Amino acid sequence: MDRLAFDIAHFLAGSLVLVSMMLLYQDRLSALINVFAFQAVVLALSVSWQAYIQNAPHLYLTAMIALVVKAIVIPVALHRMIRRLGIHREIEKALNVGLTMLAGLALVALSVVVVLRVTSEASMLAREDLAFALSVVLLGLLMMVTRRNAVSQVIGFMSLENGLILAATGAKGMPFVVEISVAFSVLIAFIVIGIFLFRIRERFDTVDLQALDEVREAQR
Amino acid sequence: VIAAIDWLSAHGITPILAIPFAAAALLLFLPDYRLSARLNAGSALLTLLAALTLLVHKPAPGDYLLVDDLNIVFIVLNTFVGFTAAVFSASYIGHELEIGRLTAKHLRFYHAMYQILLFGMNLALLANNIGLMWVAIELSTLTTVLMVGIYRTPEALEAAWKYFILGSVGIALALFGTILVYMAAQPVVGEGPGGMIWTVLIAHAASLDPALLNLAFVFLLLGYGTKVGLAPLHAWLPDAHAEGPTPISAVLSGLLLNVALHAVLRFKLLLAANPAAIAPGPLMATLGLVSLIFAGFMLYRRRDIKRMFAYSSIEHMGIIAFAFGIGGPLANFAGLLHMTMHSLTKSAIFYAVGHIAQAKGTQRLADLRGLTVTHPLLGWGLVVGVAAIAGMPPFGIFMSEFLVVSSTFAREPLLAVPLVIGLLVAFGALMLRLQGVAFGEPLGSSEPVKASYVPMAVHLALVLAAGIYLPPPLVTWFQHVAELLH
Repeated sequence: MDRLAFDIAHFLAGSLVLVSMMLLYQDRLSALINVFAFQAVVLALSVSWQAYIQNAPHLYLTAMIALVVKAIVIPVALHRMIRRLGIHREIEKALNVGLTMLAGLALVALSVVVVLRVTSEASMLAREDLAFALSVVLLGLLMMVTRRNAVSQVIGFMSLENGLILAATGAKGMPFVVEISVAFSVLIAFIVIGIFLFRIRERFDTVDLQALDEVREAQR
Repeated sequence: VIAAIDWLSAHGITPILAIPFAAAALLLFLPDYRLSARLNAGSALLTLLAALTLLVHKPAPGDYLLVDDLNIVFIVLNTFVGFTAAVFSASYIGHELEIGRLTAKHLRFYHAMYQILLFGMNLALLANNIGLMWVAIELSTLTTVLMVGIYRTPEALEAAWKYFILGSVGIALALFGTILVYMAAQPVVGEGPGGMIWTVLIAHAASLDPALLNLAFVFLLLGYGTKVGLAPLHAWLPDAHAEGPTPISAVLSGLLLNVALHAVLRFKLLLAANPAAIAPGPLMATLGLVSLIFAGFMLYRRRDIKRMFAYSSIEHMGIIAFAFGIGGPLANFAGLLHMTMHSLTKSAIFYAVGHIAQAKGTQRLADLRGLTVTHPLLGWGLVVGVAAIAGMPPFGIFMSEFLVVSSTFAREPLLAVPLVIGLLVAFGALMLRLQGVAFGEPLGSSEPVKASYVPMAVHLALVLAAGIYLPPPLVTWFQHVAELLH
């Protein structure tokens, strides 16, 4: 493959990981949404580049979906929503930036080591793409567990999903990529509507709800 | 009739998907809830009959759908419990409408969603394409999320939200695993749809890149394992079971967990067919054992009756995953049998619990006392169900648990120790609770409720019959499937 084509693909996929790292330390909700919109733009560029070098026109559709839905519609909707819920100025206090960044770095290193080791037979581009995609997925998961606010958890989930789209487009000739991106858009629309309808502001801890009831009863 | 059967078997797969789909479209516009409850059950019955024709004649696998010896077990069980749950649901929702927990508009939505859920589960089981399977499991997750939140109480919405977020994470991890499987297949099978068709994958399994397959299986096990409810990925399960309508708890426990397990088993087969890949068994056995022991201890601290049986489902899915993880013809046989028995018994228990909670107006264990006095039929039904689920002889679960334990002794004697401890812990918890609920000082209302006892009685009778005598054709069938599973 052309050296330049490879470098551009590499650069775009690497940028996605960098933006994921940026997401980790945003403590203001509106800044978080903006960075996420930026990540969606980078994803759209990366997917269109893959469409171009793989000669796969249907991937342009996936890129369009990423651009329209994730870079424009969802961020705009989220901005309006946090204003309505009155949480647009809120700062997440329980965030330990240093520790989270360290954990994020460790996850990126882990995914690079794991993927490069297991994919010795695949092409260089596919390997690096997969390593970056896994990093984005793991960073998204990390964000979901470190945040307390439902909106930031959802952004974590969406950035996780950006990693999945990156992986799917990197796997040459994979069927269903467009369908999967549509299915995810539906899922995300559900989530966003859910937050708004039910005014969900705080995250739900993974503890059994019954434990909460017990606490409430003990306080009485 | 014969011509009709011929036609059905020639087009065997389509009705299983077409009937629920058409019924869902119809039910969405049907205002009368009595009629739609009947139509719901009738459509589920037709789907069951269509599934039974597949036993006689298996259509050739296509690019998207497939009927083989493994999924037919799941499909028959799924459509059967889907039908009895629809019958139970018909009497359950009548009461909910009377007390105003649900409105006629909710019920229209509820019935349509019920059929979409059956459609999604059947599609997930029939899929010959790992991408399609993923989409179908996502569809059934979304429909159950909507059903869990249908009461609109803060607790129900919270449970639905938690289920939604954790389920989505599981689904996302499973998709990553699916992409990895495609990447492993692509150099061998070539670009395009071939790399996602299960029959093609399994035919080329030995030449796929083992390292990629290993990595893929970890993601698939964690992703679909979340939906199976294996600890430590189970956090959504108790809330989703406790806060939704009871027919949905029965379908979740009895069916949806099995559908996710079926997906895990498919990928386990793929790995087992590749000699250089890691053995998937130990991973599954570990998760299974952890779930069993964890859920066993958690059973002691429950205060809500539906939540308690949700933990019991985690426990039993743990036993099943453990049995398939141990592997070999005997353990696989035990796993299949246990899965069938658990689906039948657990849904029967939820049928009883649903009516009990309606009669008493509460789900709190502390307020449920002396049921055998106040509501003898429901109370004794619950006693029989709990005795069966706890693994007392002569019920089917005793036999399957006995087989799991003895095959573990034969293959991995050391693992049998924690297994038996876990079983005993869970047994103790269930018996302790049952005593008060069934035979304690009677509490609360003893007004009779309009209940449908038939689905519960049929399930319990089947479980009892299986414990006493397993018909030889069934045994041969399960043995055959068990050998397929390695």
